[in-house]
Amino acid sequence: MQPGRPLRAARLYLTGVFWRHRWGKGLVLLAPPLLAFALVYLASLAALFVSSFWTVNPFTTEIEHHWTLDNFRTIFESSAYRTIALRTIGIAAAVTVTDAILAFPLGYFMARLARPRTRAFLFVAVLLPLWSSYLIRVYIWRLILDQNGVLNWTLRQLGLGPLHLAYSNWAVWIVFSYVWLPFMVLPVYGALERIPESLLEASRDLGARGFETFRRIVLPLALPGVVAGSIFTFSLTLGDYVTPMLAGGSSSQFIGNVVYSSVGISNNVPFAAAFATIPLAVMAVYLLIARKLGAFEAM
Amino acid sequence: MARGADTPAVRLLGIRRAYGNVVAIAGIDLDIAEGEFFTLLGPSGSGKTTTLRVIAGFERPDAGRVELQGVDVTRTAPSERAVNTVFQDYALFPHMTVLENVEYGLRVKGVPRRERRERALEVLERVRLPGLGSRKPTQLSGGQRQRVALARAIVNGPPVLLLDEPLGALDLKLRQEMQVFLKELQRELGITFVYVTHDQEEALTMSDRLAVFNEGRIEQVGAPAEVYEHPRSEFVAGFVGVSNVLERGGRRFTIRPEKIHMVEEEATLPSGHEIEAGRVRDVVYVGMVTRYVVELDAGGELAVVVQNLETSSQEALEARGKRVRLGWRPEHTFEITPHKEESEQ
Repeated sequence: MQPGRPLRAARLYLTGVFWRHRWGKGLVLLAPPLLAFALVYLASLAALFVSSFWTVNPFTTEIEHHWTLDNFRTIFESSAYRTIALRTIGIAAAVTVTDAILAFPLGYFMARLARPRTRAFLFVAVLLPLWSSYLIRVYIWRLILDQNGVLNWTLRQLGLGPLHLAYSNWAVWIVFSYVWLPFMVLPVYGALERIPESLLEASRDLGARGFETFRRIVLPLALPGVVAGSIFTFSLTLGDYVTPMLAGGSSSQFIGNVVYSSVGISNNVPFAAAFATIPLAVMAVYLLIARKLGAFEAM
Repeated sequence: MARGADTPAVRLLGIRRAYGNVVAIAGIDLDIAEGEFFTLLGPSGSGKTTTLRVIAGFERPDAGRVELQGVDVTRTAPSERAVNTVFQDYALFPHMTVLENVEYGLRVKGVPRRERRERALEVLERVRLPGLGSRKPTQLSGGQRQRVALARAIVNGPPVLLLDEPLGALDLKLRQEMQVFLKELQRELGITFVYVTHDQEEALTMSDRLAVFNEGRIEQVGAPAEVYEHPRSEFVAGFVGVSNVLERGGRRFTIRPEKIHMVEEEATLPSGHEIEAGRVRDVVYVGMVTRYVVELDAGGELAVVVQNLETSSQEALEARGKRVRLGWRPEHTFEITPHKEESEQ
């Protein structure tokens, strides 16, 4: 037997195994990330979920490991927490709708009308903000929306009254809509770009005018892209606490801010965990609906 | 506007279209008669598809006029034109079922639900697709999609149907079946078909008349037999059939390969034939016939097609390199004007 022969036989055998069992390849590819995913991500989620049923002893500030629904009861019964939860979900929804309305015409223009150079320019314009720090972008908006900021200065020059946007829900809505817009534009653009021109021509050929073609062909075919984008904008808003803190202030608290202060200030991890499961639950429901609408085919 | 019996279904006057420096249509005048099966034939990039798109309204001509049934529609949007199109890629709406696709034109025109369903089902029956209405286009074969596209267009009852290489994606057998079917359908419906293809055989078998396109111009318009037997230019001779062009004594002419007799060197040919000697350069056995390419002693070469009546493939292939004599009747040659010329009917 020549040297290297067993090695070749082993190689031959392994190649055969991977060829006959295609999942073998997948297993080798996915094992490391899956392991990390299971340990880090799922385990911490499970820990979060479990700890949300514990409480903190107010006197000793020790976590007491016995099961109770007290945390959830507090959230649902306290009107302050209910307001915060509804504000978070409401503004996340408003931001999503706003971004969809802004992104659709922009994406349509980029995908179907713009020349390659204009399209490239718009791509950079859309993505450019993502290259700068998130914190800086939020601070800039504070400068714009401040009582004596750029916006009110401009309005004053035009002889219009000052707007009291700073540190309000309005400010939070505007800033979120701005910072998450690229995450809506890209999937909407992608979906619109994938619609073959001949479908629009066929629609017109069959007697449909512009709006009819838009309503019956463009919109339904681009909807998965919009839903895909909305998953980003909705979940990113739902989990954020920086923008509400910096642009909204104490009157515009989000779930994230409560979680932050529960952990950081009152050291009540179980309560924070309970509150943090709410956006998770909302997102789970949202993703189920999105899947029904075919959003994952457009991502 | 008055519409006489001889008003053409489609009339193009001085149509031009350029994309930057690329001229797609360099001036086209064309009349297509009511109820005609008219083919726009030409190689890719010759302007035939652009011409069809000008008629449909997807392209605006830089100059010229488009008339449908005597009405000037040059400035009319596609949705308002009385034509329907069968697209090359079928362009079926993927989010709709077959039935919804077929109903689409009626729906946007506000035809009541019951009536449009009835008409759609009827047309699906007519294109031999009964019972597939609830499928999505992705669940159909290529041939079935092609027929859905056809149904979606004809359900609207257009006086003119435009077909942009509709059979291009089908295999040979299906294509031949569809050729027969389309021809029958056109006769039954009695409407005008404007048919774009690059397949000369398809054009010859299906059309009442055809226009041969080359480099944005029409080289010749006529009935299939006329175009085939009397090609007016070298391009037409070459594109519709095999280019068999000879130059003898300053005279350029073409002759169809099946009109040439080929005999061995010593054999005689019927009297009255023009005769030339040469050597067989190439032999291609194609089943029913054999194609020979003969190099002539006097210069140039001719393709000759001989039916394999008694010849075996063995014998046919052995002819390579042999000396032969070719003969043809002078009336089967057609003089060709040197190069491109403006063409009219």
